[in-house]
Amino acid sequence: MASKILLSKQHVSIILSRLCHQLMERHGDFSNTVLVGLQPRGTLLMVRLLDLLKEEGIDSIASGKLDTTFFRDDFRRSEKPLHAKATEMNVLLEGKEVVLIDDVLFTGRSIRSALSAIDSYGRPKSIELLVLVDRRFSRHLPIQPDYLGAQVDALQGDKVKVVWSEAQAESIVYLEKHNE
Amino acid sequence: MKKLSVSHLLGIKYLQPEDLHLIFETATHFKEVINRPIKKVPSLRDITIANLFFENSTRTKLSFELAEKRLSADVINFSASQSSVSKGETLVDTVNNILAMKVDMIVMRHPNPGAAHFLSKQVNSCIINAGDGTHEHPSQALLDAYSLQEKLGDLKGRRIAIVGDILHSRVALSNIYALKMLGAEVKLCAPKSLFPKHIESLGVTVSSDLMNVLNWCDAVNMLRVQKERMELSYFPSTREYSQNFGLNGVRLKQLRKEIVVLHPGPINRGVEITSEVADSEQAIILDQVENGVAIRMAIIYLLGSQLNRVIT
Repeated sequence: MASKILLSKQHVSIILSRLCHQLMERHGDFSNTVLVGLQPRGTLLMVRLLDLLKEEGIDSIASGKLDTTFFRDDFRRSEKPLHAKATEMNVLLEGKEVVLIDDVLFTGRSIRSALSAIDSYGRPKSIELLVLVDRRFSRHLPIQPDYLGAQVDALQGDKVKVVWSEAQAESIVYLEKHNE
Repeated sequence: MKKLSVSHLLGIKYLQPEDLHLIFETATHFKEVINRPIKKVPSLRDITIANLFFENSTRTKLSFELAEKRLSADVINFSASQSSVSKGETLVDTVNNILAMKVDMIVMRHPNPGAAHFLSKQVNSCIINAGDGTHEHPSQALLDAYSLQEKLGDLKGRRIAIVGDILHSRVALSNIYALKMLGAEVKLCAPKSLFPKHIESLGVTVSSDLMNVLNWCDAVNMLRVQKERMELSYFPSTREYSQNFGLNGVRLKQLRKEIVVLHPGPINRGVEITSEVADSEQAIILDQVENGVAIRMAIIYLLGSQLNRVIT
């Protein structure tokens, strides 16, 4: 299995900083904004962004971790049962400006399930989507990101993975391309 | 990825410890779901479930129905008193007629022990046993063990007492299987007339000295005296039973430690448990009811995900 780094640590670090500033540009003091990280891997990106925003002097941003397993459209369609991760949403979304956060946007089906799952917490004023990586030409649904880290072209069957290093505090994300 | 080792839930006896852990883990996620402002998920929207209750039930029937609806399944209900069973139809015929209406899963309570087991061999559907006579009541045992685990942590080596009408109790038998599977020590306490023969062969100890048992245990599950299943008198009077085997505030205060009190319901206040105890901080009776919905959602979700896959 060959793997290739698509985005270096430095590159990812620059992207994160840009995403952070784009959020600030659009959301100001974040008083009516809620960041929602998708379990399992979108939450890691969200935590990183929250840290960066804190460095910019914006803390106490409302946020939550959302698992969408029970809203997925492939129940009884895969060999393996679908297993959930924890949901931590101690915030109501009624009238809020929500930013959904995930690491890789591929078919768009997780985002569709997240849009359904979010309804359980009220009717948000708006929902935007932030992703670190967009796999181009692979969408099954009409879903596009509002905030985008980088676009990647990968062949069908390839896996694009974001590897987070928890230990180091900065420039800790890189991408691998696996050829199966 | 983990899946259940069974395709029906007939009794705890047929499960593996990993099944219990998987059900508990899944139930924890559903407990979060049922505490959301909107408590419903669409997972089972293409599944139809029939609740067949050949015996009276309030809590279990409501709990199953709510669990099914929270998972977006379509639900049909059936009670024996208003059905063709009273016109002489057999169980297999009744169920096959219901299945002909394209039902995917059956939740059944029946007064005869082994009814769910029998049905699972006769019909082609997923069967969940919601209590079969004096045999098993697996969903109750799972929610009892789950509630205990929530309160006490890992049950390995914990001491759990079951007090009351062991002879007629399906809750007792399922609880014994589940608690032993999770590594707990189990002691039963009842008048000698209410112990089944050879019950010790399940790896439990027995006693008829309530105070002794209460001092021994970390938690006690108080069972109701099932008058409706008794053809003879098993003890001289309710008053005498209550004096010897009833849990009251005085008894709890005399203990060396604080113990957790469970009751599967329905409660006969003043018989097996006084109001003082049932409404106290130590009783987790209403937690059991809340957890019941989450546990039943987990059971239905996990069994549902193993149903014939949708062809794509």
